[in-house]
Amino acid sequence: MAALPKLAVWKFASCDGCQLSILDCEDELLAVAGAVEVANFLEASSAVVEGPYDVSLVEGSVTTPHDAERIQEVRRVSKFLVTIGACATAGGIQALRNFTAVDEYAAAVYAHPEYLSTLETSTPISAHVPVDYELRGCPIDRGQLLEVLTALLHKRRPDVRSSSVCLQCKHRGNVCVMVAKGIGCLGPVTQAGCGAICPSFGRGCYGCFGPMETPNTASLSAALQAGGMDDTTVMRLFRTFNATAPAFEAASRAREKGDGQL
Amino acid sequence: MTHQVRDLTVEGLSRVEGEGAMDVILTDGELTDVRLRIYEPPRFFEAFLRGRAYTEPPDITARICGICPVAYQMASCQAIEQICGAVIDQPLRTLRRLLYCGEWIESHVLHIYMLHAPDFLGASSALELAKDHRDLVETALKLKKIGNDIMETVGGRAIHPVNVRVGGFYRVPTKRELLPLAERLRWGLDAALETVRVVSAFDFPDLEIDHELVALHHPEQYAITEGRVVSDGGLDIEVAEFMEHFTEEHVPYSTTLHGRMIERGRYLVGPLARYALNYDQLPPVAKEAAVEAGLGKVVRNPFRSIQVRAVENVAACAEALRIIEEYSEPDRPAVPVEPRAGTGHGATEAPRGLIYHRYSIDEQGTILTANIVPPTAQNQEAIEADLRKVVAANLSLDDHDLQHLCEQSIRNYDPCISCSTHFLDFTVERR
Repeated sequence: MAALPKLAVWKFASCDGCQLSILDCEDELLAVAGAVEVANFLEASSAVVEGPYDVSLVEGSVTTPHDAERIQEVRRVSKFLVTIGACATAGGIQALRNFTAVDEYAAAVYAHPEYLSTLETSTPISAHVPVDYELRGCPIDRGQLLEVLTALLHKRRPDVRSSSVCLQCKHRGNVCVMVAKGIGCLGPVTQAGCGAICPSFGRGCYGCFGPMETPNTASLSAALQAGGMDDTTVMRLFRTFNATAPAFEAASRAREKGDGQL
Repeated sequence: MTHQVRDLTVEGLSRVEGEGAMDVILTDGELTDVRLRIYEPPRFFEAFLRGRAYTEPPDITARICGICPVAYQMASCQAIEQICGAVIDQPLRTLRRLLYCGEWIESHVLHIYMLHAPDFLGASSALELAKDHRDLVETALKLKKIGNDIMETVGGRAIHPVNVRVGGFYRVPTKRELLPLAERLRWGLDAALETVRVVSAFDFPDLEIDHELVALHHPEQYAITEGRVVSDGGLDIEVAEFMEHFTEEHVPYSTTLHGRMIERGRYLVGPLARYALNYDQLPPVAKEAAVEAGLGKVVRNPFRSIQVRAVENVAACAEALRIIEEYSEPDRPAVPVEPRAGTGHGATEAPRGLIYHRYSIDEQGTILTANIVPPTAQNQEAIEADLRKVVAANLSLDDHDLQHLCEQSIRNYDPCISCSTHFLDFTVERR
C-alpha cells in the first residue's frame, strides 16, 4: 500500500478558528485521519513527522519579522499550500492596523511597546510566497474544507464556487433583507461559501468571506447610501474582516474622510 | 567554576490553543527561573475597536478566539448594554445561556478528549487514541457535535456565531428548531456522565495549589453568563468594580499581559475556581457525578481539572436540556439599545475562566476605549507557580519525562493562547 499523503497545519497570526474547523468535522474527522497522515498539527497532536508535506494548510496572517521568515520555510517543505481563512488569504481583522500607525496601536494596548516585535502591516500569505489554493471565510466553511481535501486526494479541481452570497441566499429561499427590509447587506459583492447565514437570521451579510470574483462595490456602496447608510458606516462595513482584500479596501478608501481614520 | 548544564528544547508545545514557549532554567540542580513565554503576534484588538460603532464589539471581539467566541460576544454585549441602560428580557438572557452552554460543551469536550486525555492514556493525539479507543473518540466527537449544533441553531454557526447582537439576537429559534437537540442532549447527558467516569479512572500526579480562586457567582444558577465576582479569599464585588481590584502587568518576555489582584498577587480562574465557589449551584445530576467521582467540594489538584471539566460538562448538558424543554419563543428577538455616553463593564465565564470587558463610548455610540481581560492572561502567574512546584518535586525525572509532566501541567489550564495572544515552544535548561 502506498504511503498516505502527509498533511500539515500551520498557524500564523489568527484566532485558531479555522484550524478548529478541522476538528469540528466531527462526522468526517476519523475518515480524514484514515486518508491522510496528519504529520504536523500542533493544536491536535504532539507527534510531529518531518517534512516535506504533500498538503499544508496555513492559517493566519504575517505580522512579525519572525513569521515573515517562517512562511518561507513552510513553503519550502510544502508541495501544495492552501491558505485557510480571511487572515491567511487577506490579512484578517488584524490588518486594520494597515490603515494607521502600528506604534499607536501598540501604545494603546501595551505598557511597554518596546517589548514587542511586530511589523507595520498584517499581510496575507500570498504577499510572501506562492499559494496554490485559497479558502475564504472568517471562519472557513467545514464543507468547503472537506471538498478541497477530497479534491486534492483524488487529484481533481475543488468544486468551490466564486459566485456571490446572493446566489446561495436565493437557493435557501430567503427574502432579500436589503430589498424587503432595507437592511444593508454585503451579499451582492461577497463570495459565497457560508450558506448565506446572516440573511437567514435576518441580518445583512458582513462580508466575512471577502470579495467575490467581480464585485461591483461602487454600485453597492451607492445603494447602501441610498438606503440611508452614512459614509462612515459604509466604510466600516467594508473595513472589518477582509479590510485589505483589494476590492474591499478600495471600497472603504472611497468613503474615507481624507485622514484614513474612521 | 563550571556549572552543570542540561539543555533541552521542544519546538512547539502541542495540544493547546495557540502558541507560546516555556523556559525552565535549572542551575546546578536548583530551579532558578520558570517562564511561560507567549509570543503570539499581537493583534491589537483594543486599539482598533476605537472609532468603531457600539454595535460592532460582538462581531469583532469574537475574532479574538475561535474556540470561545461566545464568551467574547456575551461579555462585550453586556458592557455595551450597561452603558446604554438596556435591560435584557429574561427569555433572551436564558437563550444566551443556552448558546453559551453549547460553547461550554464544545470546548470542554474538545479539551477533555482531544487535548488532555491523550496525556493520561499515553497517546500523542485523539487520532492516535482512536486506534485503541475508537468508541471513546467516536462518543467524544458525537458529544462535541451537540455543542456545535446548539451554537449553529441558536447562533447561526459554531465558530464566530452571527446571530448575536447588542440587545439580544437577530432572530430567535423556534421551539421546533430546538426540539431535535433535546433528544440528542438526553443521550449527551448520559455520555457526559460516562465521561466523568472515564476520566476519573486516570492516574493523577500529586500537586496541591494555593492560588486564590476567582469566579463569577450567581445565587440561583451555576454562573456562566452573569453574576458577581467572588473569591475564596472573601472578595465579593460588582463586575463594574473589577479594575479596582485587578490589574495587568506587561512583562518583557510575553505579549500577554499578566493578571494580578491588587495587593494580593496571583489568582486562578477557570473550572477549579468556578467549581469551588459555585458547588451549591451545580444541577443535582452534576453534583451526583462529582460525588460518584470522589471529588470534594473543592479540588486543588490542577491535574484533576479534567474531572471538574467533565462535571461542568454534565452541568452544561443538563442546563441546555432544561432550557430547551422549558423554551417558548420570546416575544421579541432583541431589546432596542440606543447609544449614550458612558463606561460599561461585562464579565462572563468562558470555558477556561472569567473574562472581563470594559468599553467607553460617546453619545453617538462611537467607541472611545476598550479593555479586554481574557482568562489565560489571568492564569499565567498561576501556571508558572504550578510549574515551579512540579519541577521542584520531580527533579529526579529525566528530561523527557519532566518535560512531558510540565506540558501536561500547562494543559491542565486549557490555556487559550490565541485569546491571550500566542506560541509555545518549550525549553528546559539545566545549568
